[in-house]
Amino acid sequence: MSKYNVTRRGALKTGAAAGAGLALPTIFTASSAHAFTNEPTGSTVTLGFNVPQSGPYADEGADELRAQQLAVEHLNGEGDGGMLNTFSSKALDGTGILGKKVTFVTGDTQTKSDAARASAKSMIEKDGAIMVNGGSSSGVAVAVQGLCQEAGIIFMAGLTHANDTTGKDRKANGFRHFFNAYMSGAALAPVLANAYGKERRAYHLTADYNWGWTQQESIQASTEALGWETVENVLTPLASTDFSSYIAPVLNSGADVLVLNHYGGNMVNSLTNAVQFGLRDKMVNGKQFEIVVPLYSELMAAGAGENIKGVLGSMNWNWQLTDEGSKAFVKSFGEKYGRPPSNSAHTCYAQVLLYADAVARAGSFAPCAVVEALEGFEFDGLGNGPTLYRAEDHQCFKDVLVVKGAENPTNEYDTLEVVEVTPRAQVEYPPNHPMFGGDEASLGECNDGA
Amino acid sequence: MDAILLQILNGLDKGSAYALIALGLTLIFGTLGVVNFAHGALFMLGAFCAVTLQRLLSLSFETIDETKTDFLGNPLKVKTPYVEGWFGPEVGGAIIDWAVPLSILVAIPIMIGIGFAMERGLIKHFYKRPHADQILVTFGLAIVLQEVIKYFFGANPIQTPPPDALLGVVNLGSWLGLDLPYPIWRLVYFLFAIVVIGGVFSFLQFTTFGMVVRAGMADRETVGLLGIDIDRRFTIMFGLAAAVAGLAGVMYGPIVAPNYHMGMDFLVLSFVVVVVGGMGSLPGAVLAGFMLGILESFASTTWATTTLPGINQIIIYLVAIIVLLTRPRGLMGRKGVMEE
Repeated sequence: MSKYNVTRRGALKTGAAAGAGLALPTIFTASSAHAFTNEPTGSTVTLGFNVPQSGPYADEGADELRAQQLAVEHLNGEGDGGMLNTFSSKALDGTGILGKKVTFVTGDTQTKSDAARASAKSMIEKDGAIMVNGGSSSGVAVAVQGLCQEAGIIFMAGLTHANDTTGKDRKANGFRHFFNAYMSGAALAPVLANAYGKERRAYHLTADYNWGWTQQESIQASTEALGWETVENVLTPLASTDFSSYIAPVLNSGADVLVLNHYGGNMVNSLTNAVQFGLRDKMVNGKQFEIVVPLYSELMAAGAGENIKGVLGSMNWNWQLTDEGSKAFVKSFGEKYGRPPSNSAHTCYAQVLLYADAVARAGSFAPCAVVEALEGFEFDGLGNGPTLYRAEDHQCFKDVLVVKGAENPTNEYDTLEVVEVTPRAQVEYPPNHPMFGGDEASLGECNDGA
Repeated sequence: MDAILLQILNGLDKGSAYALIALGLTLIFGTLGVVNFAHGALFMLGAFCAVTLQRLLSLSFETIDETKTDFLGNPLKVKTPYVEGWFGPEVGGAIIDWAVPLSILVAIPIMIGIGFAMERGLIKHFYKRPHADQILVTFGLAIVLQEVIKYFFGANPIQTPPPDALLGVVNLGSWLGLDLPYPIWRLVYFLFAIVVIGGVFSFLQFTTFGMVVRAGMADRETVGLLGIDIDRRFTIMFGLAAAVAGLAGVMYGPIVAPNYHMGMDFLVLSFVVVVVGGMGSLPGAVLAGFMLGILESFASTTWATTTLPGINQIIIYLVAIIVLLTRPRGLMGRKGVMEE
């Protein structure tokens, strides 16, 4: 039989050893795993810029990347600060994000959903990107948004205009600053009715993919609500280059307006073909024949050349705006790159600042904390006037620009002129609008990952 | 009636492009036995000859206009093309305006040179290799060429407008009391294609060089045994085929704004045209080019797409299947070609 002498010192030693043993798993957990995906632990934080660097939208992607790099510089306190100086929120101080220097990695979406998902996955898993931003296609945006939701990463969309991105495909971890097809229709229709009258017969040529369908549906609904009649909607293959066989039937259709629901190279070619066939010089139903391009970009406008003169369309933002935020961004971008930024560059720049600001206000990089900081966030000074990040669908609500091809351009960048700044109230819609997935559309739960 | 005739006209210009590309493809296949997947890239390079000449002619010197400002608020730098400085605004402006037709003069030697370089530098090493190897190497070359163009010219389409005098629409049916508005430039393109096709056929039919080439296409070995350097003539034919594709591209720029991918857009369809026309048959390639262009145009009408959704995207392949089932050698294919 053994005998133990229990002393006070012995009891303390045993207790300390037992406590350390019990605490060990907790310490281990805290030191080897993270509370959320890619939690930054060092002195830097990595952002992932996923833009088309090859393929048909490579030029647009290059402009997005320029803006993203500029945003990183400004976040790190380099350069003139750009829109950080005009942003209504003052949580960012030019010392990175939460004191961590901002670095970035880039991926090439190739404007293909699978390639975009692969590059985003690589940036998240190999490079430790905490947020993904960029893109020039709605198909890509929806695909990458879904991936980020699963991975527990915040997705700050670039140029994506289809209703579905914040409609039926909305996700809790995804946010869109860019406007959408519904807003284009709502902003454009009254201007069209004023300019061309309420008794018009419209013929639509529509790119046969997700964005084209939602764009056509939106502009048709908005124009018909104001009295226009839709004669025909013809779907055109995305790969089309020569649209002459689609343009020719317009001549005998009785339509007096042609709506080109095309983007990028499709739009450049269809508009060029329409002008070649003399549509803009025709008189139909006693009225001047008109062409409408619901979604414009500066790069497309440059590609279309003189053909866009006087053609109405809509944009998210334009470098010619004279508010302080726009002026600061154009100055900053123009001095660095020698050219004004496009509206896709602007939306990416704004999204990077909005993400950084949300982290700073939340005091955490945790995706759910960022989501909470962005939901319902009202801000100003980023070039679009007072803006709301709506909590229900993560869509930004702000003024929309109606623009037209410049009649007398004064320089090579002066391709579009702002016709009207449509107030935000005119383009708002309920979160359960039928074009946005109705009552069934849901953000789901935010995902911290890890 | 007007609509039907309009679609035929629309098919003619697209058919012209198909016919010109397919003609070059058939020339190369018929002479060298090479399946050239880089032929679409030659079409694209031709279009970029026009883009390049347009840019060269538009090279400008800058003067400062203190009365105007640029987008940053600095005094505006006004660009004046050198040719306007040298020849005056009217003559200089006219030279720039006619950049696309002038590009023909530049494109012919450039494209022949590119053709020679391609054939001597790369493709000749693959003559005795299987067709699969030839396809892989020429397809790879096409990708390299289009990426080079994208690097220098960007990914966006670049406008190469026709001369002002050839801009606008002509009513081809006015004599018959019909309304057939047709862009003047497309009419020019069709006529240009006819001239080029006629030129190639005349060259092959009525010159000694062409006679030797045709003999070589029929029996290369015998022609070689007669002491004729048929390889050198076939290399020249490769250059000629490259020039035909290049000219098709130069003149197509005002119809569809050139972009780095335009060659690929035409390549597959042109191969289908060659197969439908009959491998190695020059008249077959031309006939099939125009026929498929017109059929594609009709398949894109609202009536066709509502009756048979998607018909516009498959019509060419559908016709190819039917032709190959009923005439396995194509419309005008010769016995023995690709059958050994």
